[in-house]
Amino acid sequence: MTAPRGAGIVGLFPALTVAAFLLPIVAGLAGTLLPAFGYLPAIGGNALGLDPWRRLIAYPGIATSVITSLSTGFAATLASLALAVAFCAIAHGRSWARRIGGFVAPVLSTPHAAIAIGVAFLIAPSGWIARAISPWLTEWTLPPDVATIGHRSGWPLVLCLVAKETPYLVLMMIGALHQVPARGHVMIARSLGYSSAEAWLKIVLPQIYPQIRLPIFAVLAFSLSVVDVALILGPGNPPPLAVLALRWFSDADIGYYFPAAAAASLQLLLVVFAIVAWRLAEPIVTSVARVWIVRGVRRGMATVSARAGFIVAIALFAGSIFAIAGMALWSIADAWRFPSALPTTWTLGNWSRELASLRAPVSATLLLATAATLIALVLALGCLENETRARHHIGTRALWLLYLPLLVPQIAFLFGTQVLLVKTGIDGTLAAVVWAHLVFVLPYVFLSLADPWRSLDSRYARTAASLGASPSRIFFRIRLPLLLGPVLIACAIGFAVSVGQYLPTVFAGNGRIATLTTDAVTLAGGADRRVIGTYALLQALLPMLVYVAAVTVPACRFARR
Amino acid sequence: MGAKMGLALQGVRIALGTHRLVPPLDFVVAPGERVTVMGPSGSGKSTLLAFIAGTLDAAFTAEGRVSIDGDDVTDLAPERRRVGILFQDDLLFPHLSVGENLAFALTPALRSRDARRAAIARALDEAELLNFAGRDPATLSGGQRARVALMRTLLAEPRALLLDEPFNKLDSQLRHDFRRFVFDHASTRGLPILLVTHDAVDADAASGRVIMLGA
Repeated sequence: MTAPRGAGIVGLFPALTVAAFLLPIVAGLAGTLLPAFGYLPAIGGNALGLDPWRRLIAYPGIATSVITSLSTGFAATLASLALAVAFCAIAHGRSWARRIGGFVAPVLSTPHAAIAIGVAFLIAPSGWIARAISPWLTEWTLPPDVATIGHRSGWPLVLCLVAKETPYLVLMMIGALHQVPARGHVMIARSLGYSSAEAWLKIVLPQIYPQIRLPIFAVLAFSLSVVDVALILGPGNPPPLAVLALRWFSDADIGYYFPAAAAASLQLLLVVFAIVAWRLAEPIVTSVARVWIVRGVRRGMATVSARAGFIVAIALFAGSIFAIAGMALWSIADAWRFPSALPTTWTLGNWSRELASLRAPVSATLLLATAATLIALVLALGCLENETRARHHIGTRALWLLYLPLLVPQIAFLFGTQVLLVKTGIDGTLAAVVWAHLVFVLPYVFLSLADPWRSLDSRYARTAASLGASPSRIFFRIRLPLLLGPVLIACAIGFAVSVGQYLPTVFAGNGRIATLTTDAVTLAGGADRRVIGTYALLQALLPMLVYVAAVTVPACRFARR
Repeated sequence: MGAKMGLALQGVRIALGTHRLVPPLDFVVAPGERVTVMGPSGSGKSTLLAFIAGTLDAAFTAEGRVSIDGDDVTDLAPERRRVGILFQDDLLFPHLSVGENLAFALTPALRSRDARRAAIARALDEAELLNFAGRDPATLSGGQRARVALMRTLLAEPRALLLDEPFNKLDSQLRHDFRRFVFDHASTRGLPILLVTHDAVDADAASGRVIMLGA
């Protein structure tokens, strides 16, 4: 290519981008692994040894913590995958299937913590579900004395994760479908006597699986190590491993840093183990599936199971919508005594009372999300533009790199990152938190932008070049305007990811920077649903409004054509 | 199971919005007979086949009845019609071997492993691909893939065969050979064949009635 000057600057973007998110992860992992073996000179850890691990193993609930993490993580991932597969199998070829992206956006853009609070409002013994069926069905006039939230088995945690991750996997599957002649294959299989759902399961799913493997691993890693949802819905004593690590990290006695680092390292080990185990199980499942596929059975259990899964997926989706609606109701509820299905009197007083204390977290949330999203956007656009000018695409290995922040458990490197930030003296600043958010915002912005960018017809640029336009003019006047829609969607996704960050805010902010999410998680332990409702609803509304704006702005701009 | 009466269309008309694509059509394709539907692209040839196969897009409105061997299949799901179809692309499933592609089409009533293997071997033998069962479809030539696609369709024991320009992508010699191969195999099984093409050579080779659709 010509234009050496432009290419020179643009050529720096990949290195800059990789540094922006790899540096905190690599340094953070080192900063967690070393204290796990006793090395942290700042607080007197000078000798390497296994003492932190001994203290970790000596904790009476450690086995339960590990088992809870593993069982809830695997259960949530397997259930989300099964439901997403069933949903796609039934939805294939239906006319409404094209609009699924728009339907699931509200649940996808709502932060995990907000959905968790909404789920808690639904399933609590005094929650909306119990109110809706009382007293006429249950004869309860007082909330029943049963444990739901925080149940030892961890089912509420799994329920919330499945409700949130199923739509994500559905979207990833729909994206993967573009690379497979799914329509033709299903048509052929139907002419051979298979139902549409059976055809999708036996013919389409095996072909798209390699492309949804990384998103599945991201869900698995997330479910195994989630902290905010587990704080709200998970078992408390002993808690899942990641929560245990956080509890020790936040202990007033800094001596707890060492076993905390060991717990965080064990969390990393669990995730690595889970991903390796999943990968090793794949060939076994594939060979069993192959026998099932070639046996030629039509009208077997597959269609019925897919239909059942589809119904459950729809029910969970409806549940998520009700979870958000429940928060909205509580935020404007005045009197709402137990068996009533709806508040008996309404008020805006909850909002006006909270207005003053909401101002700081709202502005911090907006500032962090805007800054992290814009930086991520510039980096992602720079990388993609460089890729276009250099005419080569990043390979599969680079894709793994991009997924790294989503695969490495947050607790395993954020503590180490904090140590690094303290050393450089920028911990607890907005800049530090923006950087921590950027690590997670960047992959999502890049991934959502990459496909539309790469599939843009290159003849537009070549035509412009033949008219004498410089590379930068082509970028600003041709590519960017043509891709306005995808760019805005990528921004909305990045914004939502930032708003939802809990652990990165807590660690990089060193507890000094409060966002809607950190406040909501803290408040969720309390009893005042009216206050919690305002925080959680606002947390859900902000990303949704940004998403709606991202969709409507290009529509208005091009409406006159 | 009625007597073999072939594929019958009764008053079939298809429209896209106000645009009438297929005029009222009435005809019967007898067992072993070959009927060709010709017309330029956009004339609704493939749409007619989609209507018969049951995969017509919801954007179209269609009326009329389709019956096979006396059974009215108009309201049946595609998978219950037992209508085989071949497209321009062979659409072999890339995640299955050649033999597994064929096994997918075989009826599950054939239970034993040996019987299934024998049926697949017979089909491969007919396609002159005897030792190809374990091969990845991607390693086959275009002509070989096309023959596997036909054997896959026939193994599902269809009652009629629809051909949606399946010869288009092959070069002329291959095209001639594959056309022969398809017609011979379908005719020995006594299948009614409905061929859609825009190429007069295909229609001549089919040596049957020709129905013209306008643009």
